[in-house]
Amino acid sequence: MNAHQQPTGSAYFIAPETAKAESHTLSVLVANEPGVLARVIGLFSGRGYNIESLTVSETEHEAHLSRITIVTRGTPTVLEQIKAQLERIVPVHRVVDLSVRAKDLGQERPIEREVALVKVVGTGDRRAETLRLADAFHAKVVDATVEHFILEITGKSSKIDQFVAIMKPLGLIEVCRTGIAAMNRGPQGM
Amino acid sequence: MTDSSNQQPDSNRMTGAEIVLKALKDNGVEHIFGYPGGAVLPIYDEIFQQEDIQHILVRHEQGAGHAAEGYARSTGKVGVMLVTSGPGATNAVTPLQDALMDSVPLVCISGQVPTSLIGSDAFQECDTVGITRPCTKHNWLVKDVNELAGIIHEAFRIAQTGRPGPVVVDVPKDIQFATGTYTPKPETVANVSYQPKVQGDINAIQAAVELMASARRPILYTGGGVINSGPEASRLLRELVELTDFPITSTLMGLGAYPASGKNWLGMLGMHGSYEANIAMHDCDVMICVGARFDDRITGRLNAFSPNSRKVHIDIDPSSINKNVHVDIPIVGDVAKVLSDMVRLWRALPAKPAKTQTEEWWQNIARWRARKSFSYKNSNDVIMPQYALQRLHELTKGHNTYITTEVGQHQMWAAQFLDFEEPNRWMTSGGLGTMGYGFPAAIGVQVAHPDALVIDVAGDASIQMCIQEMSCAIQHNLPVKIFILNNQYMGMVRQWQQLLHGNRLSNSYTEAMPDFVKLAEAYGAVGLYCDDPKELDGKIEEMIAVKRPVIFDCRVANLANCFPMIPSGKAHNEMLLPDEATDEAVANAIDAKGRQLV
Repeated sequence: MNAHQQPTGSAYFIAPETAKAESHTLSVLVANEPGVLARVIGLFSGRGYNIESLTVSETEHEAHLSRITIVTRGTPTVLEQIKAQLERIVPVHRVVDLSVRAKDLGQERPIEREVALVKVVGTGDRRAETLRLADAFHAKVVDATVEHFILEITGKSSKIDQFVAIMKPLGLIEVCRTGIAAMNRGPQGM
Repeated sequence: MTDSSNQQPDSNRMTGAEIVLKALKDNGVEHIFGYPGGAVLPIYDEIFQQEDIQHILVRHEQGAGHAAEGYARSTGKVGVMLVTSGPGATNAVTPLQDALMDSVPLVCISGQVPTSLIGSDAFQECDTVGITRPCTKHNWLVKDVNELAGIIHEAFRIAQTGRPGPVVVDVPKDIQFATGTYTPKPETVANVSYQPKVQGDINAIQAAVELMASARRPILYTGGGVINSGPEASRLLRELVELTDFPITSTLMGLGAYPASGKNWLGMLGMHGSYEANIAMHDCDVMICVGARFDDRITGRLNAFSPNSRKVHIDIDPSSINKNVHVDIPIVGDVAKVLSDMVRLWRALPAKPAKTQTEEWWQNIARWRARKSFSYKNSNDVIMPQYALQRLHELTKGHNTYITTEVGQHQMWAAQFLDFEEPNRWMTSGGLGTMGYGFPAAIGVQVAHPDALVIDVAGDASIQMCIQEMSCAIQHNLPVKIFILNNQYMGMVRQWQQLLHGNRLSNSYTEAMPDFVKLAEAYGAVGLYCDDPKELDGKIEEMIAVKRPVIFDCRVANLANCFPMIPSGKAHNEMLLPDEATDEAVANAIDAKGRQLV
């Protein structure tokens, strides 16, 4: 039963969600102080927003600023709310929706890169095949024994997804991904 | 206390507890509401040794919070509360969330176990900043005594800047004992992240003024933001109404910004608002929302909310814009600043709209007003709750009156029948709907206005949620009046059970009702009782005349319900009016299918 067909049974009006959800990448510049990440994440969980990817690191040591990159999914209205709500958090300095900014700059989307470490265990032909494919994906071997490789790969998330899928039958046993680092193209700063 | 390398004693060197008191004084604090405990003893010791700040001892930390809220709402100043760690802090959560939802500036200082014990599950430890993170604008755990003063100054800035709200400063006990340097309140705030925009975009205001000038069916929909913006905002709002001759309605939180006696006043809008206000909202062509947030109690069914209007929204909080309702002209800024520009630009219009442009609109409004949607059938035998409030209003005219309420039917009737002429005279829990708010809030109001007549309009159920504060009122000689509309039910719960749940009154009858007169006397207050409409006036006058706290047990018709009402999920033009609300209509307001789907 669709919520919007309810007459007036509830104390609240439960609106149907009709608009289409989009994935957007947000860059959030925050003061690097204790608890700031908890505030940002708490906002997402508390208000029921999605987090698809999250990356945090100090970017300007002198100014005590960290940059949080969040990939989130929602309807345009929800995305607008997320941005406004993030800006309400006291230690948040700036919020830029990189996806919207890219559109404004006439680009399809911001540059998004991710690093993954992939551990593959195997012997014989499978090892040769692993190296051949790693080469094709420009992945580097960062650790190896006669039984395993750890491969480091950088690229768009879709490329990493593909690489991980290919490695699966070759003995993949562990994956670690950093989440997305993102930036808009062109000479302008954030 | 002296630095060994320096012969001069440094007057800015002091203990953390001294820093707390000095920072409060430097931020203009005269009263704090609190309750002592192990983790705040050093601060209480400092309170004992000074006279500039008066501490009001409550009987439960929730009371401290609501009292601070009442204090803040009636003065426009920041309310301050002081609680201990653990249970003290968790008891403060309800008023913190209440203040967050109703945008009340509140600073809560909480004690914490010593830093070395944090995380060890020490006695009376809780993760205060973790627990209060979602119910404050911002909070701090102080880990260095040298940062304490700066954090308190910042706490006061955050609490009252932009959209006001509550903040928590959690101070571990060792920091209260430690000696550090007091940093004075900064003159200017340099290069920090939280800098809300207060000046509205002039182009947007111009566009709004042009839209307003073209309106044939305009309405002003105002809210608590006008009150929060200060007396100047209310004055400008009145000026704007005078200039434009637009009809005006307000949310529960905004009552008093425009006087109820004003000729353009339509009454409160929303779920229990007036017929004329709600129908006008539904039928208008231009809506100017000033400092209100399109709450679900206001809008009714969203997809039927004012379907044919173009909307202007003035709000200091950008996240309020387009949150629930899409608006055509958003203006982010402080109400007073934006209204000032708006009044100026309206005056500068090359051609003012002719009176005839809104003539038909005003004729319609007159017709809707004639429905007299707040009417009720009075009785000679029992006191009708509406009648009791009308008499209360009549008899308190000419007094310097402040009203607070608890939450429920009595609250809505108070909003309908007590006409407010001035801002900051009406304190009620709107967003969170906190039963137990009114009495401690009244205490806070009375502390701020010792000579005023402060009345908490209460219900028999709500008042029992913070009744312990009677002890506080007695101790501090606060002659607060509690006017209980006693119908022996949780009236609003019962009303909803009648509407939604086939009149099965599950747990909404007040069993084991205390004798409120004896209860008052037990505390040392005055108890009054009335169940006869003929005696009501005399008893109310007696209550007003007594210069001591009073509990007035006003027995009212038990089964009266609050109308008009927009049943939830219905639109503004689907109101249930008092003359149509027969038992049958109430039972069928929500159909069988709807009830099944709850």
